[in-house]
Amino acid sequence: MESSELKRSKDSPNSDESAGLSSFPDEVLERVLSLLKSHRDRSFVSLVCKDWYNAERWSRTHVFIGNCYSVSPEIVARRFPNIRSVTLKGKPRFSDFNLVPQNWGADIHAWLVVFAAKYPFLEELRLKRMAISDESLALLAVAFPNFKALSLLSCDGFSTNGLAAIATNCKNLTELDIQENGIDDKGGSWLGCFPESFTSLEVLNFANLTSDINFDALERLVGRCKSMRVLKLNRSISLEQLQRLLVNAPQLAELGTGSFSQELTFRQYKELECTLSNRKNMHTLSGLWEAKGIYLPALYPACTNLTFLNLSYAALQSSELAKLLAHCPRLKRLWVLDTVQDKGLEAIGLNCPLLEELRVFPDDPFGEEIVHGVTEAGFVAVSYGCPRLHYVLYFCQQMTNAAVATVVQNCPDFTHFRLCIMNPGQPDYLTNEPMDEAFGAVVKTCTKLQRLSVSGLLTDLTFEYIGRYAKNLETLSVAFAGSSDWGMQCVLGGCPKLRKLEIRDCPFGNAALLSGLEKYESMRSLWMSACKVTMNGCRLLAREMPRLNVEVMKEDGSDDSQADKVYVYRSIAGPRRDAPPSVLTL
Amino acid sequence: MERRVNYKNDVNLKATELRLGLPGSDEPERQVTPSIRNNKRTSSEISEKSRSKSSSGVTEVGNDDHHDSTAPPAKAQVIVGWPPIRSYRKSCLQTNENEVEGAGMYVKVSVDGAPYLRKIDLKVHRSYPELLEALENMFKLTIGAYSEREGYNGSDYAPTYEDKDGDWMLVGDVPWQMFISSCKRLRIIKGSEARGLGCI
Repeated sequence: MESSELKRSKDSPNSDESAGLSSFPDEVLERVLSLLKSHRDRSFVSLVCKDWYNAERWSRTHVFIGNCYSVSPEIVARRFPNIRSVTLKGKPRFSDFNLVPQNWGADIHAWLVVFAAKYPFLEELRLKRMAISDESLALLAVAFPNFKALSLLSCDGFSTNGLAAIATNCKNLTELDIQENGIDDKGGSWLGCFPESFTSLEVLNFANLTSDINFDALERLVGRCKSMRVLKLNRSISLEQLQRLLVNAPQLAELGTGSFSQELTFRQYKELECTLSNRKNMHTLSGLWEAKGIYLPALYPACTNLTFLNLSYAALQSSELAKLLAHCPRLKRLWVLDTVQDKGLEAIGLNCPLLEELRVFPDDPFGEEIVHGVTEAGFVAVSYGCPRLHYVLYFCQQMTNAAVATVVQNCPDFTHFRLCIMNPGQPDYLTNEPMDEAFGAVVKTCTKLQRLSVSGLLTDLTFEYIGRYAKNLETLSVAFAGSSDWGMQCVLGGCPKLRKLEIRDCPFGNAALLSGLEKYESMRSLWMSACKVTMNGCRLLAREMPRLNVEVMKEDGSDDSQADKVYVYRSIAGPRRDAPPSVLTL
Repeated sequence: MERRVNYKNDVNLKATELRLGLPGSDEPERQVTPSIRNNKRTSSEISEKSRSKSSSGVTEVGNDDHHDSTAPPAKAQVIVGWPPIRSYRKSCLQTNENEVEGAGMYVKVSVDGAPYLRKIDLKVHRSYPELLEALENMFKLTIGAYSEREGYNGSDYAPTYEDKDGDWMLVGDVPWQMFISSCKRLRIIKGSEARGLGCI
């Protein structure tokens, strides 16, 4: 790297100073460190000594920023001169559930302006929960001639016009991944903006867009991008169109179908089945909107090597799921809707011994009567058949302490346990007791637990358990739970690796908030909304801990003294200057 | 749904506390009443409210911090952002519910005394009057006017439907959108049978 020679003349320390710690020439050290990918390892490396700090910063090509306000783009650019790939996360996670005001911030534009100046060779940008405008996308499209990969997840503020700018100008684009964003979908013509000479696309995901796509342009694009390995279509693509696309993409590793419900003739069905057969490379399948049971068998031949099956937009019945799963022996990750019910979960337990991750989403979370969905029985059934399960997200209407205890006994390796009993504050429906013992069992048994979401009727005892046993816990989500400040104090006092704590509608007040004074600097962030924290409590926190940003969002018509929503995070960039009027920085 | 209240120390105070509301009803200051779904009519409003981007403090239950709140405890309350499902997924499901068979929402219609059934596309109609008119045209009969008190009393025929739970309901009681999403089939019964319903 030419840059390393430049660097050495500027700030390389004398070898005498390093006291023999680093006897490698800098180029060797940098070369070795360039092989380090994990950003945590790199953080540790940079703390060893000044030599290593410098070698690390010059050799780093990817930077991960978990909270865009924890640092400024100028600081990042100063420390890391050779960045090619940036991952940025913005808004607090509860913005996914409409708890964060619309214009809260996390705008990418200021970052892009700095990157355009300091990282002209930027290749990859991955954003989560950031605000991004069409203007920003247009800047991105022209400022980085080597730009290769754009991934937007849960972002908002842009329209398909921005995508058109990307398609038109990014000559070296390999990845365009637009997932679950608040996008203003003005039509599908953007896809036709890829020039006829453009052939480099490997990843195309527009599953989240609703409008009709220019199918001819898409067909030609897929036909000429011979390296395409990920293709995720939107609902407007019919089965017939899917078949035509697949014929030209035999090497796909990940497929997201469009709508799976068009009326097909027998011949068309057979053609589809044929096109889908013998896809040994396909390991991920998703989409399947409005999937009609009668067409699912066309998928069977494509499922032999599937490791990830996302059925969370296909309202399948238990029998349909069971028949499909019989053809997916290698499944490791499965997402389903609760229309499959407990019987469907039993089928999972019977057919998927290698399963590591299960997510069960509610089909009709706001429905009138609670009759359908999954229960504790299904959860237990899965645990008996899938001992390797380590990630679960489970939405249900009822649960028992005993069932959860059985589940973790069968699957002690949970790293992510997210249980959502959809009725807030609901007890064990058989014993009418709080669900404390359920989560107690989870934290006692699953020593590797990193992420936990609790629900149901919970007293402080749950949090005593968490503080005492969850020694590897990094992320905790709490809603409608706890009895007093003591609960939150237990967690703050007990979980050494805690990084993200998000709480809503709990009786935790100032005493709890302030018990974590020293803790918050070792965490990424704290969110508390609709709790009992007051403005005075927040002011005290802000005063005692100047390196934390303490932000309060007020609700219309609420008491002046109440701190309705509080967001606390560590930052080396100081208080932010782009906060809207509804966000007060203390 | 009865729920245990865990304020062990406060039990005696609560027993003697003067409150608005019926004796034995839940404390208004407890975060949320468990049965937010006990009022059929509001469920479509719930999904609409949750879809809206603004998190209005008025509807957020947890802000009810005042101890002497006079909010009626049994009122069905909308909880912003609960259950925790991404806005994107919610709007996808919303469309899912309305597109039962992709191109249309065809349900079977049977009429007492008719030799065979018909099918009607519910999506084509936007309201009950339109639907009833279509049914009247299809079967050459008169259904008459609906009233909340008397149903279709006085008509030759009354329209009923089977909902998701398998129960037979009178057409017209619930909001149109809710009807659309829960109607599995229609059955038009003779007025003489329907007259019984008016007395309930």
